[in-house]
This record gives sequence, structure tokens and C-alpha cells, in this order.
Amino acid sequence: MAFKSLYDIEKYCDEKGVSYGRAVMLEDMRESGRGEDETLSQMKKLWEAMKSALVEYDGRRRSQSGLSGGDGEKMQDYVNSGGCLSGELMGNIIAAAIKMGESNACMRRIVAAPTAGASGVLPAVMVCCAEALGSDQEAVYDALFTAAGIGQVIAERAYISGAVGGCQAEVGAASAMAAGALVALRGGTPQMINFASAMSLQNLLGLVCDPVGGLVEIPCIKRNVIGAISAMSAADMALAGIANKINPDDVIDAMREVGDRMDPAFKETGEGGLAATVSGRRIAERLDLEFK
Amino acid sequence: MGITNVIQTSWGICGMDVFDILGPVMVGPSSSHTAGAVRIGLVTRALLGQRPKKADITLVGSFAKTGRGHGTDKGIVAGLLGMQPEDMEIPDSFERAEEEGLKFNIKAGSGKNAHPNTAVIDVEGEGGRRLSVQASSTGGGRIMVNMIDGIEVNCTCEMPTLIVHNLDLPGHVSHVTGLLTRCGINIANMSLYRDRRGGSAVMAIETDEPLPREIVSEIEKEEGIIKVTYINPEDM
Repeated sequence: MAFKSLYDIEKYCDEKGVSYGRAVMLEDMRESGRGEDETLSQMKKLWEAMKSALVEYDGRRRSQSGLSGGDGEKMQDYVNSGGCLSGELMGNIIAAAIKMGESNACMRRIVAAPTAGASGVLPAVMVCCAEALGSDQEAVYDALFTAAGIGQVIAERAYISGAVGGCQAEVGAASAMAAGALVALRGGTPQMINFASAMSLQNLLGLVCDPVGGLVEIPCIKRNVIGAISAMSAADMALAGIANKINPDDVIDAMREVGDRMDPAFKETGEGGLAATVSGRRIAERLDLEFK
Repeated sequence: MGITNVIQTSWGICGMDVFDILGPVMVGPSSSHTAGAVRIGLVTRALLGQRPKKADITLVGSFAKTGRGHGTDKGIVAGLLGMQPEDMEIPDSFERAEEEGLKFNIKAGSGKNAHPNTAVIDVEGEGGRRLSVQASSTGGGRIMVNMIDGIEVNCTCEMPTLIVHNLDLPGHVSHVTGLLTRCGINIANMSLYRDRRGGSAVMAIETDEPLPREIVSEIEKEEGIIKVTYINPEDM
């Protein structure tokens, strides 16, 4: 792929006078040989799948392990009652991120973005904000391509798998992608997009991957919430004109360095962090998950 | 057993395109343990070329340890039934298998030097054809077929792939590649494996274009060819 850095994308936008999302789309069409219609219809399919995953959420479902389900509904009821401390939009985003995470755990249909474990972050902010802002399709697709471009660079320079780089690589990457997408949705500049993704990623640096019993449930579902909230705050900071003093590509490189030096106990092995706590182990022991 | 001769390879990890980052649309909870498992079942079905009626499934490593919680078992069976990773019926695949007359059993096993997310599937089709496939889930829903009938192959089955089992004798490679040339088919990757000199050999050929069906039967006719398997990902 052509873009090796977030700065490359920014430069391409300035030189060609196109939006960030358009730059990513044009480069992808060149690489894959797909036409514009096919590319857009594929993105439409993903967007529709994100929306229906949220609409079809059912709070009565429980995961195979019995550990997850119902919390998205609790959160939504709480927001609807009008007492949410973070306000209605933020409350809806929290509820949406939990719903997506629970739907994933309950073997419902989701969109990996960039992974299934982090599949709640981008849809939560995009669906809620596109609705709140009344964004048109074109703006939404542009924002989604923006997110994909940021994800590509992170995958190229570092990684997007918790087993390889810890949760910072998974929810961290999703959050960086979502932050950039939100700035694009609001019409921010390519530089603002890069600042937003850098801020969100750097605020999640060091996040470990420590799922209880190795399942994408505890703490993954709630980690999707923090990824979404981090993206919202980073997008707002960037749109306010706040710069990030560390170069966005350097932030990605730092994520890689932290991931490389992270102990394997914190990379989806169940040997460290929450998974290794007394209560984490007790939960895992109760589950009958192993094939004999 | 290993790679005895590699004519042309491009094993480097290709850059991820936009829809590798966003997507796939899939049934959760894990792209490696669920979507990848479905794909392993699907590829096995396609390699068999028949509706499977019996399958012995062995899960290795993390697939065995956390497979039940991730729906790896249901995913593989769903794939064997022809379901895609986004099929909402994946959680009910065991019931569908019973309705469709697919008998299966699932157990844990160990694989020497196997990738942590590996499944070995011994499958028999309704036409009586048998196949043993060892495949691993390499992340993001992608897979690698590591062995077919005990011989190393290492192909992703993301491109049209031709797998030819033959006796390790001179002339088979040029015969097969010659046929491809005459049909105007370009070879993207090709690997040769054998268990020992003069023993069983396998060539795994990935092509840019799908193959006409006649080529498969043409190759099968040749003396010394044991089995020909062809998979076109667009047909899966």
C-alpha cells in the first residue's frame, strides 16, 4: 500500500486538493483495481451492517459463557431516563459501544473495525454522531474511508492485534480511527484528523490485553466504551484547534515500541492483568470451555 | 518433510487494503476463532468438492482451549455446511448439521509445530471422497491451509488454487504448467512439496485467473497423478 505514514496522507490531500477519505479511497482503488462504484457499494454494505447490528441488539441475549449480555439495555434505559452525567449524546455512545460488544460476544453479526474485539468503537461514535449531526451518506463514507486509512497506517507501522501488541493495538487503533473519522465527519482539516487520531492513540498507550478465560468479553466490552469516549474527546480537542506536540506517526511508532516490549503475560495469554486476578481466575475456572 | 523446491514464492504479507481494516462483516466474537473457523470449514468443503457427510474435527492449541467460548466448534461445522462467516445461523450450526445429515465429532488434539489456532479435519463426502485438511487461522478471518492428506501445502485459498497430488516422478510439473500455459492462465505462486524422493508429491499453484473445469479432468487423466483438487474462492 502506498501510504506509509499519516503525514503522507495529509500531504497527498494538500497536493491533490482532495479530502482525507477521498485520498484513502483513490489509493485503495489504485492498489486493488476496484472501481469507484464497487468500492462505494462495499463501504455502504459495511455501514448498513454497523447500523443494523445496533438496531438488532437484544438485551435478553447472553453469550455462550453466560458472562455477557443485558448491560447495553441497562445503559440505554439510564440515558433515556434523562439523568446521564455525560449528557445524552455521550450516554448514547456508551450504550452503543456496550451493545456492539455484547452483540459480538453473543455471536451476532458485527463489522470488524479493525478487529471483532474492538468492533464497538467506530460504529458507536459514527452511528450516534451521524444521527446527531444529520450527516449525509457522502460525509459518512468519507469519514469511514478516513478511519480505514488511519487503520492501514497503524497496521503497516505497528499492529492491530491484541495478541501481538496488547489492547493498545486493538482498542487503541480503533479509537485512533474513530477520532479521525469524527473530525472528518465534522469537516476538519487533514492535519486535525491526524492530531485527533494521535491524541486518542497516545491516551491509550500501554493498554494491555488481559481477557478473562481468553474470551472477548471481560474487559473487552467496556474497553470499547473507553475507546469511543477517548475518540470523542480527541476529536473535540483537534476541532478546537489544539495541536498534538508529538508527531502522529511517532505516536504509532511509540505504540509499536511499547507493544514490542510488553510482557507476553499482557498479550491475550490469560497470564496477566485482570485475567490473572483471583476473581478473574475464579470466573475462568467456572467456565467449561476446553475441549477434551 | 519440508519444502523441497520452491519455484516462485511471494510469502511476504501483503499490505492490508481498506476492507481488510474495515470488515469483514461477520458473526462474533472473534475474527480468528470464529470467522477464521468458518472459513476453515468452507475451504475444507470446497477442497472436498462434495457435500460432507462425516467429519472428525480436531482442535489444537488456543482453538481447543477457548474454542467453545468463541464458537470455534460451531464455526467449523457451519463452514462445512457451506455457511459464510456472516451467516446468522452459525450459532445453530449443530442443529443444521443434524438436519442435513452431517455427522461430526470434535475433540482436542496436539499438532507438532502447529500454529496456535489450528484445526485438523478428516472429512468424507457424500460421493465417498475423503480428505484430511490441516488449517490454521492466521488473524482477521484469514486462514492458511497447512497440510492436505499429510503433505505440506501452505496456501491461503484466497486466489484460485490448484492442488495436485502426484508420484514424485519427472515431468508432472511441466505437464501441469504446460496445460495452464496453453489456456492462457498466469501462475501467481507455485510451491512443490514431497514426503521423500520418489514418494508422494504435491504441487500447490495459485493462479491469477480461475481455471476452466476441463483442465482439472485433463490433469486427472495423466498417469501418476493421484488426486487433483481445485478451489475457486469466488465459488465458495
